[in-house]
Amino acid sequence: MKGSDTGLDFSFNRVRAMVRRYWYLLRSSWPRVLDLIYWPTVQMLMWGFLQLYVSQNGGPFVRTAGVFIGAVLLWDILFRGQLGFSISFLEEMYAHNLANLMMSPLRPVEFIAALMIMSVVRLLIGMIPVTLLAILFFGFNLWSLGFALAAFFLNLILTSWAIGIFVAGLLLRNGLGAESMAWTIMFLFLPLTCVYYPVTVLPGFLQVVAWALPPTYVFEGMRALLIDHVFRADLMLEAFAFNVVLFAAASFAFLKLLQSARAQGSLLQTGE
Amino acid sequence: MDAQITSAITVDRLVKRYKTVAAVDGISFRLAPGSITGLLGGNGAGKTTTIAMIMGLVTPTSGTATVLGALMPKERYRVLHRMNFESPYVALPMRLTVRQNLSVFAQLYAVADIDERIADLAADLDLAEFLDRPTGKLSAGQKTRVALAKALLNRPEVLLLDEPTASLDPDTADWVRGRLDRYRHAQGATVLLASHNMTEVERLCERVIIMKQGRIEDDDTPARLLDRYGRETLEDVFLDVARGRGGHREVAR
Repeated sequence: MKGSDTGLDFSFNRVRAMVRRYWYLLRSSWPRVLDLIYWPTVQMLMWGFLQLYVSQNGGPFVRTAGVFIGAVLLWDILFRGQLGFSISFLEEMYAHNLANLMMSPLRPVEFIAALMIMSVVRLLIGMIPVTLLAILFFGFNLWSLGFALAAFFLNLILTSWAIGIFVAGLLLRNGLGAESMAWTIMFLFLPLTCVYYPVTVLPGFLQVVAWALPPTYVFEGMRALLIDHVFRADLMLEAFAFNVVLFAAASFAFLKLLQSARAQGSLLQTGE
Repeated sequence: MDAQITSAITVDRLVKRYKTVAAVDGISFRLAPGSITGLLGGNGAGKTTTIAMIMGLVTPTSGTATVLGALMPKERYRVLHRMNFESPYVALPMRLTVRQNLSVFAQLYAVADIDERIADLAADLDLAEFLDRPTGKLSAGQKTRVALAKALLNRPEVLLLDEPTASLDPDTADWVRGRLDRYRHAQGATVLLASHNMTEVERLCERVIIMKQGRIEDDDTPARLLDRYGRETLEDVFLDVARGRGGHREVAR
């Protein structure tokens, strides 16, 4: 057993311990598992049937198979990725276990790594059945996007983690009073990242905002792929560059909020 | 020799101020390795804040808290694996079984042989019958025993206890005290115990620090405190201090 001055060393064993902790929790509670699948399924079915309806009456944009279903599935990666991260963090606050963790040798970076892993685990539990149902009901196969799907996924999950890290900092600093941020912050991205419509629909000043958000590039890239059958690698690289900046800013904010939580004594009072 | 080496815990002119309120107001003390000290005081006396600063959970406004030579919270990762704590205000995840909880924390503390350590603690603290039950389904006494097992998992050299027997019946509380005393003697651990329970402090502690409104009001052995205040129990001494009656001396350790 060793310690360091800096806290910058990293132990995969401690990350594994935390992943085990969340896995045990998930395994012990079927409502938690059901919750991962239920809402993405409802969303996919609703948008799928809407697409079916408008495709019989609309123009070429909506007639293109899978634009809406593709959008809702990618949106769920973004939204559920962040929610998976934040809910795992919230579980510690609900359990009054945060002080135990903060007092243990667990480093913040290891805690965050475990939350990232759990966000992917929770996402896969929810999304795999939903993507299979999309094939069954609407003949839309998300997996057929292949390498493009991997690029979309990477960029969306990076954004979701960055937002999750920032929300975790807010929760540490402000306690459960900031809980609603965990559930709603991503909805700010819904209109601005142009999930269901092209960026050109937005007024000029909002287009500038939209192009500063990494998911916008992904949703534009998805439409380019499904409508024009072109994979826009340039958009994916731009999204990645913005994600690096966003991730660094979120990590910095988290460390500052943690520092402030220690100064304010908030780590002892993680309730309301 | 350096004070930080001869003391397991050194608190030097420690202050914690929240806006205009001083939760801890310039306290100093040193705890020798292997000693057991009671931190007494009423609600809002500053006990929990003091312990939180020693644990590195709260940053002092000024002054220093040093544990095993490491400045808290700045150098906490040098020593967190050699410390542990227990408090009734912090819980273990309820849906996880006792074994799962202990196993997760054992891995966090890099305990060498996890299964063997859990088995030893289960035998020592009578946990065996409910090791595979969800922690949330246990009685208050059982939960306290589990929290104590978590606190002893890494055989800590420094053990911080915040009201370890709060809400326990007298029999269970006495049982817990016995186990704590045994652990300290076996491991030579330094124990700092914040409590409202005078019987507990009288039975376990060789030194008592009495706090009031963020300051140390008195600091001595239980016998000398009783003698100086002319009282028969620490509870009476505590009431004298709380109500500002006689016996007080300037503390200079």
